[in-house]
Amino acid sequence: MERLLNVTTVLSILLVAMVLFSVRRSHIRVEYSVSWLAAAVILLVLSRSSFALNWISRQLGLADPPLALLLLVFCVFVIVIYRLSVVISDLKDAHIAMAQRLAILEFQLQNRPANFNEE
Amino acid sequence: MKPAVGPGQLLILIPAFNEVGAIAGVIHEVQAVVPHAPILVVDDASTDGTDRRARSAGADVLRLPYHLGLGGGVQAGYKLAFEFGYEYVIRVDGDGQHDPKYIPALLDTLRETGCHMVIGSRFQDSNGGYTNAVRAMGIWFFRLVLRPILGKPVRDPTSGFVGVNRQALRVFTGSFPLEYPEIEALVVLQRKRFQFQEVPCRMRRRQTGRSTITAVKSLYYIFHVLLGVFINVLKFERRRRKDAPREED
Repeated sequence: MERLLNVTTVLSILLVAMVLFSVRRSHIRVEYSVSWLAAAVILLVLSRSSFALNWISRQLGLADPPLALLLLVFCVFVIVIYRLSVVISDLKDAHIAMAQRLAILEFQLQNRPANFNEE
Repeated sequence: MKPAVGPGQLLILIPAFNEVGAIAGVIHEVQAVVPHAPILVVDDASTDGTDRRARSAGADVLRLPYHLGLGGGVQAGYKLAFEFGYEYVIRVDGDGQHDPKYIPALLDTLRETGCHMVIGSRFQDSNGGYTNAVRAMGIWFFRLVLRPILGKPVRDPTSGFVGVNRQALRVFTGSFPLEYPEIEALVVLQRKRFQFQEVPCRMRRRQTGRSTITAVKSLYYIFHVLLGVFINVLKFERRRRKDAPREED
């Protein structure tokens, strides 16, 4: 149990460091770093607070706190990935609309009358 | 291609992706049947010179900056047609499977019945035409699924040989399925209480190239389309309930 908690602590700190480093290098935009940082902080707190972990495992009806920790890790990352899927879908819609608009504008430019600038 | 002058104008829309072998023939066939209708080829970022071949055959070409897929391409054409004020758009595939001689029948149905969408159906009069066994099974399956949703039978729900009027165009400029759009588009229109009709026609084998729906993709196709249909039904039912006046009002 103690080893699992220590590993989770180290991984959480690594995740925080990695995300902050990526934001600083502009590899991740600040608004998309929030989910990852929140996930890392939740894991960090749970791995360092046996009271919180025991309370959650009791609430979940799990006899084994490490099991509760794994379940929470899973849930946190599912939420983060789901949020990213929403963002990607929005981006794809915007991207398609922009590509269509670009094609239509290009078409209109190519088909404008020859004396367009003189009018 | 110029903006439509006067009401009731028809545009022929030909979505194409790497159809250099067939596109000129399709354009010439369309020109022979409806010589006064402008032809717009939507080139979905082909890499084989489809756009140049289409232009030299006498069509206007809307070239997309990168590959969007069939739905994205067709919707781009619908958007341009709507902005240019066209009243009717008939879509003919660029691979030569759709025989343009049926275009007048589709157009007449749109004009005379006032329906919003007309489908060129290879099964309407059991005249069939070419379709492979896997696709025939898919069509049979979707007929069963769509029957209760649409409230009336549809014989050929996967046909891409379709015509739409301006009201349907308006809907499709805002919402159009990106992949495998035919079936979902039908559901989108039906949920808006729009009407569709089927017109018998005969399909041919594609002149060149291969279908994008391979045997392996068929299962994905069925799952994807079923999910799309289900989501559209849920979306429109929710909106309908929200829009409905409450009893105390």
